[in-house]
Formats: sequence, structure tokens, C-alpha cells
Amino acid sequence: MDLSSIDLRAIGAWFHGLLISSGMSQTGIHVIEALVGALLLLIFGLTLVIFLIWLERKLAGRIQDRLGPNRVGPYGLLQTVADALKLLTKEDVTPLDADRVPYNLAPGLAVFHVIMALAVIPFSNRVIGADINVGVLYLMAVGAIGSMAALMAGWASNNKYALIGGFRVVAQLLSYEIPLVLAMIIPVMVSGTMRMNGLAVAQGSIFGFGWFVWTLPLAFLIFFVASLAEGERAPFDLLEAESEIVAGYNIEYSGMKFAWFFLAFFMNSWVLAAIGTTIFFGGWQGPFVDQLPALGVIYFLGKTMILFFVQAWVRATFPRLRIDQMMSFCWKFLVPMALVLFAAVAIILKLNLPQPLEAITLLVANVAILLTGVTLLGRTQRKALYAPKRAFTPTIPRL
Amino acid sequence: MTLILFAFLALIALAGGLGVVLSRNPVHSALSLLLNFASIAVIYFLLHAQFLGVVQVIVYAGAIVVLFLFVVMLIGGNIGPYRHGSRTVTSVIAVGLAAAFLALVVWSVVQVLPMSATPVGAPDAGSVQAVGMALYTDYLVPFELASLLLLVGMLGGVVLARRYQPFAEDETQ
Repeated sequence: MDLSSIDLRAIGAWFHGLLISSGMSQTGIHVIEALVGALLLLIFGLTLVIFLIWLERKLAGRIQDRLGPNRVGPYGLLQTVADALKLLTKEDVTPLDADRVPYNLAPGLAVFHVIMALAVIPFSNRVIGADINVGVLYLMAVGAIGSMAALMAGWASNNKYALIGGFRVVAQLLSYEIPLVLAMIIPVMVSGTMRMNGLAVAQGSIFGFGWFVWTLPLAFLIFFVASLAEGERAPFDLLEAESEIVAGYNIEYSGMKFAWFFLAFFMNSWVLAAIGTTIFFGGWQGPFVDQLPALGVIYFLGKTMILFFVQAWVRATFPRLRIDQMMSFCWKFLVPMALVLFAAVAIILKLNLPQPLEAITLLVANVAILLTGVTLLGRTQRKALYAPKRAFTPTIPRL
Repeated sequence: MTLILFAFLALIALAGGLGVVLSRNPVHSALSLLLNFASIAVIYFLLHAQFLGVVQVIVYAGAIVVLFLFVVMLIGGNIGPYRHGSRTVTSVIAVGLAAAFLALVVWSVVQVLPMSATPVGAPDAGSVQAVGMALYTDYLVPFELASLLLLVGMLGGVVLARRYQPFAEDETQ
């Protein structure tokens, strides 16, 4: 089989020809093609989740010395399908005092925002929903809708644990959005484009050495930690801390509506991994991708799966943080470090150094800021460790 | 095609706006406001002003409506309908003010855009580059003044939230 004949554009061209031969107007064809593309993305996203849930459960099982799902289908592959069928047959309970419209709207909105994010992710040089010129900002805008969904669910359930969970979602997502955006802006500054595909193209030089993760490792680390928090994953899964607030904002949801939140959660993790791949790991770039454009999709999915694996690995090994630890880690450590890095990168780029020198300077600056930050953090933490402690500060009434 | 989409979005935006005003429940008002902002963001996209559309969602949906909801939920959603004074007087004043504002908007739009002008929708007018160039060259002073205003607001927040009793005093007691 000649691999170079696999060209994804050929399918598109065939479909385009089919529509033209049916004698439709230009706008009609455009609308139908856009709808088909959107439908493909939707189906891809939803079927991917079935696999992702199985993968994560299996990985967590192996990491924690368990077997993981292994009853339904080969290697337990059909476990998620069985779970989904079970959830479909369950009773759909709505609390008596729930606020009906937001209550029913929230699960849909939660899935909607993740699928919207899929639209700008370049699966290969050609396979991309919409290469808009504000791609990175668009992702942030779509993420904002996600926190709205959680807040709506938490409020409309008319349950105090759900409401606390909703508040936690907003506090956590809004806080960690800042280091996330700052870390995403740094590659944007280096490459001079906000297009997701433009970012992937900008990392195309020799054998993957052009990937931003090599020149901007600190930016990637900040992005990764913040994306764990944005994805509501351990160690930042304060939103569903079972031991504190039962299950968070989705506590009152049952049956398929709960499944939607679950689906949104896993897809969000995957989308964040995909964003990380595009921005820091060269997206669809890889060997021989110029000769075989279809290889790009494979490289992209492979890299994304590796990042997703690391997320699952972290989730399976780390304990949960306390909410004050989580917030102060963001505001007192991640945000200042991201701001310093931002300023440093901006200054280095203004120096107009020749290419290899600029990359080396960026790398040195990243490592230096990382080491300084970690040293300072360690010093303050040690000081706090030896400081006199009280369980609570008593308020003594003045006589 | 664009016209159909625009009409559809405008209807949604209008419905959202009416929802803001007519809802008894403040949370529903805030959510209707979100609907309104979101449909206006899509209208920006239709005008090729992608940057504006995205920023509309980030700032309004992501920050402002969340802030509204937070405040309303913390204070309590169901304060109940309250009335001060005569209902007719307030409604007359409200309608009068709304009409005056509408007149102002229509007047300024007519002043700026002659009826025959081609609609704004140049392919690159709303791109990040174009907006950035405009902000950092022609409108630099208003831009910096706006950031100063935000800084003052932030400082005000810090001052309000500060503890007046220093920690050290507690330790010595």
C-alpha cells in the first residue's frame, strides 16, 4: 500500500464535488461542509472519551498495584460502554426545589465548552476546525463558559455542598487561569502568532529541537501545573473532594446528566493535553510529516496521549491539597513566577539576538527563574515549618 | 445568510435583554445577561471582529457575570420583590430614561455612520494585530488611563479587604 496516497484533503475534495454535483448554491455548500466538520469533531470527541475513561482507570489501577477494569470485553475495554448503558437506564432525579432551567442547562453547557475548544485544535497541518487568528484567546473564552456551567449547576441544585463546590470551581478556575494564560502567552510572544496552527508551524525546525518545551521549559511547567488545576484533576480536585463536600457541584445529578459532567471532565483533560501538545510540543510536527501529511495526525494524537498519561499518572500518585494551600500556591508562587518569566522573555526577544543565541538565552533565563523560585519557596517553607504553631489563633476579649 | 444569522442572534440577544429586566429572580437576570453577551459576541464574529468577540466572552461572561452571580449567591438569591413608592412613577421614569438612552445611541450611530456607508467588516479590522496597533499608537493615552483606573480599583479592594488588626498583636497576648 502506498502510504503517500493517504491524503485527508482527498476525502474533503470528494465530498465537495458531491455537493457541487447536487446543484446547491455556494453558501449552502459552505454551511453543509461546516456542519459536517462540526459533527465529525463531535463524534470524535465523544468516542474518544469512552477510550480515555478506560485508559485512565486502567493506568490508575496499574500504578496503584490493582488490575483495573478487566471484566467487560478484552482487557476491560467495554467497561465504559457498560457504564454508559447503566447510567442511561438510571432514574433521572431532579431535586424538588431545584432551579429547573439552569439545572438542566448546566450539564449541556459543560460538554459544550469542551467541544467548542476542539474546534481550534490543529490535528495536522490541514485537519483543523477553524484556524482563527485569536486561537489562544478563544480557548480561554471557551474555558470561561466551563466555570459558568459548574457555577450554574452548583447553584441550581439547591444543595449547600453543591453550592460550595460551585464556588470552589470559580475560585480555582479563575485563579489558575492567570498562570495558564501567562504561560500560553509566552510561546505566542516568541512565535508572534495566536493561531494554533501558526504555533505548531513555528516549532517545525530540525528534529524537534524547535519545540518550545526545550527553549521555554518553565513556561511549560507552569502551563502543566495550571492545566491540572483547570482540568480539575488531582492534586487540585478540590471541587469534588469527597471527604469535605461530598462530590462538589454535581452532587445532585444522576443518570445521564451526571454522565455528561463526567464526560466533560475527561474531555477537558484531553483537550488541555492537546493544547499543551500544540503550544509546547510542536503539535503535529514530526519526522517525514512534509512527505506524508497524514502522519501529522498520528504524531499529534501520540504526543497528546503521552501528556494525558502524565496527567493520569499525577492523579494516581499525588494526594489532594487543602484549599488554602492550593490558592496560595497559585497566587504566591505560580503567578509571580509567570510574571517574571513573561517580563524576562519580552526583554530577551527585544534584544534581537541571532537565532541559536536567542534560544540559549531563553533557556538560561527559564532555568534561572525556575531555580530562584524553587529556592525561595523552599526557604519560606522551611521557615514556616520551624515557626511556632497554633491550631487556631484565639481571640481574647479585652477587659 | 449573514442576514438570517444576524436576525436570529439579535432575537436571542433581545430575549436575553428582556430576561434581565423581567426576571424576578436575580440569578435568572444574571444568566439572561450572559445569554445576551454571548449572542453579541457571536455577532462580533459575524463582523470578522474575532478579537472583540473573544474578549467579550472572556471579560463579560468569564469575569463580570461570574462576579454578579457570586455576589447574588452570597447575599441570597431570593430577596423577594420589593417596592418603594408608587409603581407608576418608577415605571414612567424608567421608560423615560430608556427612551432617552435609545435616542442617544441612535443619534450617535447616525452621526458616525452615514446610512449609505458599507458595513464595517473589512477582513482584518478586528484582528489582534489591528486592535493592538490601534491601542498602542492612536489610543495609547486612553488605554493607559483605563489601566490606571483599574489599578486604583484594585488598590481600593486591597484596602477594603485588609485586616486592621495586625497579626503580631495577637501573638503577644
